[in-house]
Amino acid sequence: MLEIRSLSAGVAGKAILRNIDLDVRAGEVHAVMGPNGSGKSTLAQVLAGHPAYTVTGGEVRYRGEDLLAMSPERRARAGVFLAFQYPVEIPGVSNATFLKAAVNEVRAERGLEELDAMEFLEVLEQKLKLVEMDRSFLSRPVNEGFSGGEKKRNEILQMAVLEPTLAILDETDSGLDIDALRVVAHGVNRLRRPDKAMILITHYQRILQYLEPDHVHVLFDGRIVRSGSKDLALELERRGYDWIREDLAVAARPA
Amino acid sequence: MNTTDRTIEALANREYKWGFVTDVAADTIPPGLDEDVIRLISAKKSEPDFMLEWRLRAYRHWSKLERSAGEPKWANVSYPPIDYQKIVYYSAPRREGSGLASLDDVDPKLIETFDKLGIPLAEQKRLAGVAVDAVFDSVSVATTFKEKLAELGIIFCSFSEAVRNHPELVQKYLGSVVPYTDNFYAALNSAVFSDGSFCYIPKGVRCPMELSTYFRINTAGSGQFERTLIVADEGSSVSYLEGCTAPRRDENQLHAAVVELIALEGAQIKYSTVQNWYAGDADGRGGIFNFVTKRGKCAGRRARISWTQVETGSAITWKYPSVILQADDTVGEFYSVALTANRQQADTGTKMIHVGKNTRSTIISKGISAGRGNNTYRGLVKILPRASHARNYTQCDSLLLGDRCGAHTFPYIEVANASSTAEHEASTSKISDEQLFYCKQRGLSGENAVSLIINGFCKEVFKNLPMEFAVEAQKLLGVSLEGSIG
Repeated sequence: MLEIRSLSAGVAGKAILRNIDLDVRAGEVHAVMGPNGSGKSTLAQVLAGHPAYTVTGGEVRYRGEDLLAMSPERRARAGVFLAFQYPVEIPGVSNATFLKAAVNEVRAERGLEELDAMEFLEVLEQKLKLVEMDRSFLSRPVNEGFSGGEKKRNEILQMAVLEPTLAILDETDSGLDIDALRVVAHGVNRLRRPDKAMILITHYQRILQYLEPDHVHVLFDGRIVRSGSKDLALELERRGYDWIREDLAVAARPA
Repeated sequence: MNTTDRTIEALANREYKWGFVTDVAADTIPPGLDEDVIRLISAKKSEPDFMLEWRLRAYRHWSKLERSAGEPKWANVSYPPIDYQKIVYYSAPRREGSGLASLDDVDPKLIETFDKLGIPLAEQKRLAGVAVDAVFDSVSVATTFKEKLAELGIIFCSFSEAVRNHPELVQKYLGSVVPYTDNFYAALNSAVFSDGSFCYIPKGVRCPMELSTYFRINTAGSGQFERTLIVADEGSSVSYLEGCTAPRRDENQLHAAVVELIALEGAQIKYSTVQNWYAGDADGRGGIFNFVTKRGKCAGRRARISWTQVETGSAITWKYPSVILQADDTVGEFYSVALTANRQQADTGTKMIHVGKNTRSTIISKGISAGRGNNTYRGLVKILPRASHARNYTQCDSLLLGDRCGAHTFPYIEVANASSTAEHEASTSKISDEQLFYCKQRGLSGENAVSLIINGFCKEVFKNLPMEFAVEAQKLLGVSLEGSIG
């Protein structure tokens, strides 16, 4: 579904990602882990098409198409979803209006008819349950005055409504207490499908207890330095990121 | 140019759909202004003497102003001098016979024009629940639902008709809120006003439908000077809407209207405007100079007057819908969205004059500037010594699109007693790249994202518009429907 080849990218002239290779197939969940500043969020932003980031090399194919050539909105309509680490506030625009606008643009792209208000409300009712939110949530302005946990749950609600093919969750677990984490993880789990894939970007292993990844990658200084099974995440949790740093230092030492 | 700028450019250059001209035989007097012109206008309308006398007094006052101080200069707008002798002060579509025609006698071209503007006048096509007075250049061409409203004792007709049929009401209230000495343009209007709407709601009657006037300028070189007078008697209520458009022309045209509202004890008047006069082109050529005086007086206790305006058109807007809170326990409200794109200029706001005790006022102003637009909020909150426990809340927000436009706020607050409170909040913001990216990541196009964000910005004002108008207003701003669910 997603093939990343030798991807290099940066922001404001500063190189961040260096030669990233990653393959994600339908049905898979990949975790990308790494210490702060390793380039995890940059990877997420580049895949979603944030204009502030510049791709300096490599290519990304999404379902056979050149992802990097697509505008952010086209990527979204083609099923690429980013759950933001810091969801953005849109004052005065209700959650319901925002979601309806988004859903109808995505549906138009897929050649489906627009949902009317009643149909849409029905869809929303089911999705709200998934993230344990009540209806009052829909009439509140997008992310405005939301607590950290509510913002993250709102991202998952949007994901549930938009039904993306490839979901990238950028530190969705950060800043959540254990109950909120459970709700969010449970919601995400229910969205797993054989024809869909996810990339979980996280600093900690704890969300992976709920969302078992098929593959774990360690990002370090803009490179993927380790890939493995979910056991790799456990090892990281036990030993911290330092052992990787030391390992790399050893490997880098001239023979 | 990045996407945000392109999107804003598109919004700013949105096509003016109402810019066509109707080819209709017109009775147009030569340009120029003197006492003979005033007499001619008055004669054309077969007005009683008191009306002519009033016009002449206004004219003499205006001439004095014109020779001395001239036009008001304090507004934050600039334009070349206006030659008042080059303006046509009366132009009316010609019609057969005389007197007020039934709809069958109205030139089909006029009916077609209003049809095209979305204001069907024919019986079978009328908008349900909205009575319309259609004003074309200097005259009212038709008023719908008049008979039905008359059953309730409601008078809704053109101003000319009111002068002829209800002179006692006109004489009693005309100029009682905006005297002809009020300002330069009010004096000019009082001298030459040609038509407009008149509305009287009798005691205790709640008007069952929205009343509205649609103003259309058609003739080149003409000015439109209409006058609206609404009187809500004790315990009555009415919601009134006003819309306006004009052809696309390279020359500026003057529109100097006066609107007076009088709310007696316990009465409520809600006055909504969607102003969409031709705004000129991207280089600032053409467009309407919209110099308007609108004021309401809460003359009886517990009266309430609410102004809601969406100002998207005109080359220059100079307009301050105000409320005099004369009696105790009265309420005044002002909700405004003003959009200036291209080279449009707006200096708009309100005055809330608290005279009575326990009077309350609310001001919500949303200014949006794009292109090289220049948007100014100017407001006065004046609380007089007798107005104990008066309260005002003012909120002025500005949204800037792009980096070549301007937003200014001039709030004046004068409080003359210690028991009153006046609150003022203001903010200036831009649409952030992060907001745009967030919307696009959810599949929204740049245009729709900007629309959605602007719509959110204006929500507090839009929610005060009657439903039909809210939809219209959102379309004008190029915004999608907000708040239809949830």
